[in-house]
Amino acid sequence: MIATLAFYLFAAILLASATMVVVARNPVHAVLFLILGFFNAAALFLLAGAEFLALILVIVYVGAVAVLFLFVVMMLDVNFAELREGFVRYLPIGGIIGGILLVELLLVGAAWTVSPQAPLLIAEPVPGAVTNTQAIGRVLYTDYVYLFQAAGVVLLVAMIGAIVLTLRERPGVRRQNVGAQLARARDETLAVMKVAPGAGLTVVPKPEPKREPEPADHGGHGHGNHHGGGH
Amino acid sequence: MESILNWHAVIPELVLACLGMAALMLGVFMRRGATLAVSMAALASLLLTAVLVLSMDAPVIAFDGLFVLDEFAVFTKVLVLLAAALGLVLSLDWNEKERIDRFEYPVLVLLATVGMMMMVSANDLMSLYVGLELSSLSLYVLAAIHRDDLRATEAGLKYFVLGALASGMLLYGSSLVYGFSGSTRFAGIATAIEAGPPSLGLITGLCFVAAGLAFKVSAVPFHMWTPDVYEGAPTPVTAFFSIAPKLAAVGLFLRVMTGPFGDVAGQWTQIIVLISIASMLLGAFAAIGQSNIKRLMAYSSIGHVGYALIGLAAGTEEGIRGVLVYMAIYIVMNAGTFGCIVAMRRKGQACERIEDLAGLGATAPGLAVAFSVFMFSMAGIPPLAGFFGKFYVFMAAVQAGLWPLAVIGVLSSVVSAFYYLRIVKVMYFDAAQPEFDPRPASVGVVVAGSMIFTALFALAPAPLVAAAGTAARSLIGG
Repeated sequence: MIATLAFYLFAAILLASATMVVVARNPVHAVLFLILGFFNAAALFLLAGAEFLALILVIVYVGAVAVLFLFVVMMLDVNFAELREGFVRYLPIGGIIGGILLVELLLVGAAWTVSPQAPLLIAEPVPGAVTNTQAIGRVLYTDYVYLFQAAGVVLLVAMIGAIVLTLRERPGVRRQNVGAQLARARDETLAVMKVAPGAGLTVVPKPEPKREPEPADHGGHGHGNHHGGGH
Repeated sequence: MESILNWHAVIPELVLACLGMAALMLGVFMRRGATLAVSMAALASLLLTAVLVLSMDAPVIAFDGLFVLDEFAVFTKVLVLLAAALGLVLSLDWNEKERIDRFEYPVLVLLATVGMMMMVSANDLMSLYVGLELSSLSLYVLAAIHRDDLRATEAGLKYFVLGALASGMLLYGSSLVYGFSGSTRFAGIATAIEAGPPSLGLITGLCFVAAGLAFKVSAVPFHMWTPDVYEGAPTPVTAFFSIAPKLAAVGLFLRVMTGPFGDVAGQWTQIIVLISIASMLLGAFAAIGQSNIKRLMAYSSIGHVGYALIGLAAGTEEGIRGVLVYMAIYIVMNAGTFGCIVAMRRKGQACERIEDLAGLGATAPGLAVAFSVFMFSMAGIPPLAGFFGKFYVFMAAVQAGLWPLAVIGVLSSVVSAFYYLRIVKVMYFDAAQPEFDPRPASVGVVVAGSMIFTALFALAPAPLVAAAGTAARSLIGG
């Protein structure tokens, strides 16, 4: 009873927040509604007994993807009013295509048949004594290991692509060179002086020649060793 | 179903993927002068993989039915590897001159090739999709690799957006097929179709899958991206696009239509006939007004896909054999043609207009002869290879009773002969333009090799036709 109530509660909030994602005028609000939607979907997973998927959804989608969205929305300053300019102009053709798809979906739905095994699967969502993390692991790394590895290669390509298309090496950028910075001796950077009481630091000129080459040398570390750095 | 891994069937893909990553590491750590080394390593990898593919024992079904290695897959994979190698060789000199010689280029070509090999070996809707995405994603990046060039970035973006749309259609169709057949395995789908009259949902899914695949082969209602992408992308990338991915997508198209959906051929034949006719006609008529040679080749490739699809529409073993022979010949003569286009460079600037070819017969007789051979072959003039490609497809169509398709094919190839021969006329009879820069050796090798194949194919067509026949038998018979 409570589970049913909870299901309807979460489902209703999920649908409402999904609608708000689409209609919200402020893109930041849209992303926040998206996060709300993710949390409710995770709750639905929990109700279905899939605790692993529920937590993955929260960690990956809320923790990483949605935050990234938020960054992008805030940084790019997309003008959504401008994006919607052509909306009315393209509404008729979009409406026609959408209508055709809807009719097709309805026709398809009319022909829907439910497999006789489906109720059995619902009756026992967790097979045997295996936790669902284990169950997913078994399927992913045995039956679908081919697809799992291939998906990894797809992600590698995405990474290479992002670097190839966006990384630029700008001249004159100072980079950190941890090794060189740590290897410096104290004498190269510090000069310990005796300060006479009441005289202040009037004798500064003395260590100057010693310190003079230092900043240049330091800058050299930052520059020199990074040709092709980001590759 | 018992679980059989048979992982040794994917050794060629595995080796190529690992070598691709090794090449990436090589490029990252060598820094200076890495591009040439990585390109050579990539070529060697492609060669090694081709040897591995040929040494595999077919047929094998691996990973519990996700992956299939049959004679069809072997034949297509060898051609894909050849096409990738040709594309890579054409890029060597060009990328250096255009200052886009980045070591990621050969790496992306290798990884795209892995994706294409996965496509032609797909035996499940999921492995189909993953393979397709792996190759497509690499291709989007390759299209935009000249990132400081406005047209190249536009081409990359256009390709990406429309490709994502096509992937969406394919996925939507796949989900419907899965929902109504209860399986993503091709064998499972075929069993579900055999069991009774196909449901409306399954047919709708089939249409969406066909639309997604038609986009990838750039057949007509889904061709809009082709001219812009072919024109905008750097020429060697265009050459690569027009041979390797096209071949892999055609192979995938053949496998999906004849495999799981073989029993509902009546449903998809009409789709294929329609897009085939439309592609042939558009390829013939839209290319006439073009002044940019790359754009012309884009329309030409749309037309060629139309001819190849005739064989699929026939749906017989002869038809499939015809498609395979057609594509094999097409990739060689297309690689040669693009070799000639890559060689069009004057005072360090790449030329793309057809007028730039004027008087080539006087200034560079060798190049002009090669270009003419390719153009005559593309038009389907008898002693050359292109004629045989068309011949096998048209014969299959006639035997399958698809007379109208064959007639339209012949008529549109007559129309397309006009613009192919116009290039020959420009080269030999127009007032000469200044000479082109000297050709790099790598391009010369590709052009000469392709020309010899195209010109002399008539002497020994038997091995290729026999291999294609075996491949077709494994697809239709199995």
